Parts: sequence; structure tokens; C-alpha cells
Amino acid sequence: MKAAVLVFPGSNCDRDMAVALRGAGADVTMVWHKEGELPSGVDLVAVPGGFSFGDYLRCGAIAAQAPIAAALQNHVKRGGYALGVCNGFQVLTETGLLPGILMRNAALKFVCKTVGLRVETSQSAFTNGYKAGDVVNFPVAHHDGNYVTDAETLDMLKGEARIPFRYTDNPNGSIDDIAAVLSENRRVLGMMPHPERAVDAGHGGTDGQALFRGLLSELMTA
Amino acid sequence: MKAKVHVMLKEGVLDPQGAAIQHALGALGFAGVNEVRQGKVILLDLADGTTEPMIAEMCEKLLANTVIESYTIEIMS
Repeated sequence: MKAAVLVFPGSNCDRDMAVALRGAGADVTMVWHKEGELPSGVDLVAVPGGFSFGDYLRCGAIAAQAPIAAALQNHVKRGGYALGVCNGFQVLTETGLLPGILMRNAALKFVCKTVGLRVETSQSAFTNGYKAGDVVNFPVAHHDGNYVTDAETLDMLKGEARIPFRYTDNPNGSIDDIAAVLSENRRVLGMMPHPERAVDAGHGGTDGQALFRGLLSELMTA
Repeated sequence: MKAKVHVMLKEGVLDPQGAAIQHALGALGFAGVNEVRQGKVILLDLADGTTEPMIAEMCEKLLANTVIESYTIEIMS
């Protein structure tokens, strides 16, 4: 399985993401944001956490206009997989690849801690390694993770089981405790918590391994 | 030519920063502040001949996220 990790000025979880993907068996290439194309044969594009372009204007807004973002759009249109974590989730909403937007945390404070997440569906390449109802622990570290969308979109996300993770104790005010959102074809996942920071015993937990291993197993057989 | 773009959260979108400002004003003793909404002002210095539809395109593509924000364009000179 070939994966590309996008790197923007201000990305700071790009190497963690690459380590997590390689640990699960992926062949990973780092791709600078000025590139107009992804390496050929890429199955998964990972958009990492960090503070791309200093979070200027709106988190992820400037990264969403970078040359590589157009290549990401084409990759997803062709049915490719994408995973956006934290700032990567913000980039995916700003590109329009996922609905909604991430606003300032309701309590206006940066939140940095480990949170519990309830797995709501195993029906995606990202969550097939879990069982619905499992509770996993992933770190969060963000100032703008308060997921907002209109009532109509929320009903659609719920009806199509496109909310794969919910917070057990909402840290940021997200509507309906939403921690993650899937695209209509279930091949694009955006999430605020960091699975790549929970793949090694030294991280204090390994609940994230199942996400990367599940993704690899589904993409290897695809 | 110069233009001023105002970007505001749409009606009904919760504005936690505005709410914090309102709370702080109350704490300072300013009574009767019913609501505070915080937005952005973006000043653009543009080549002559730039049209309002071109500025609107800038707003749609980058300056505002129209999922939650609205914008108004003011041509200044």
C-alpha cells in the first residue's frame, strides 16, 4: 500500500503520521505542498496535524488552496482514500471534501489531553479493526476542534452512519459529540483526535494501531 | 483601487469569542450589552479595473468560508 503524507509549512505531525503508517506496513512518501502531483500509484493521502500556514485566516484555509490540494481533490474524485487528522481534518473541510467546519473550542481554550472515543461503526476502511461500541483513547491537542454543521447535514451524517467516532466526554463543544466524519463514499476520514500518537507503548497507549492496520488490510486486498 | 471586505459569522452560528467579549464587557461594568459578534475586516489594495465580481470570487474561494460566514464588499476608491 502506497501512502503520501502531505507537508505544509507549520505541519508538525507529519513524521508521526509517517511512522504510524510505516509501522502498519505502508510504503510512505512525504510530499511538499508545492508539488502539483502525487507520486504515482498512491492509495492513501494523509493530511497531518499541525498549524499549516500559521492557522492564518482560518485553520486549514490556505493549505486548502496549495497546489497539492488540487492533486488531493483529484485523488479523492478518482476514488482514492484520504485521512486528515487535526489540522488535516480542518484542511479537508476547507477543501470541501468533508462537510461542516471546525470552529474555536466552545470554552475558547486549547485542549491537550487524552480523550475517550466511542466507535460508532466498523463499516469503513478506517474502523474495520474496531467493533462498534468499543471505547478507545486517543490524544487531542487543538484550539479549533468544535465541529459545526447545519441540521440537515447532521441528519444526513447520522442517517448514513458517517460519524465513526464520538467523544465520550466532549472536550470542545462539537455538535452531537462528533470527533470524526466520513465522506459519502466512506473513503475520506477527518478526525480531531490523533490516532498516530497512540501506536507505541511509549505513547502511553496503542489504540490507534487498529486504525492503521485495518486501513492497510483493506487497501492491500482492494 | 482599494476595497474593504467584512467577514462575519452568519446569523445563528454560535460565536464563542463574541460571547467572551460580551461577558468581559459586563464584568467591566458596561451594562446593556445584549450581544457581541466578532468578525474580520480585510483591506485589499487592488489593480485598477478589478471588478466587484472578481472580489466576490476571492471571498468565495478564500476570504470567507461560506458554510458559516457571510461577507460584504465595500469599494473604497
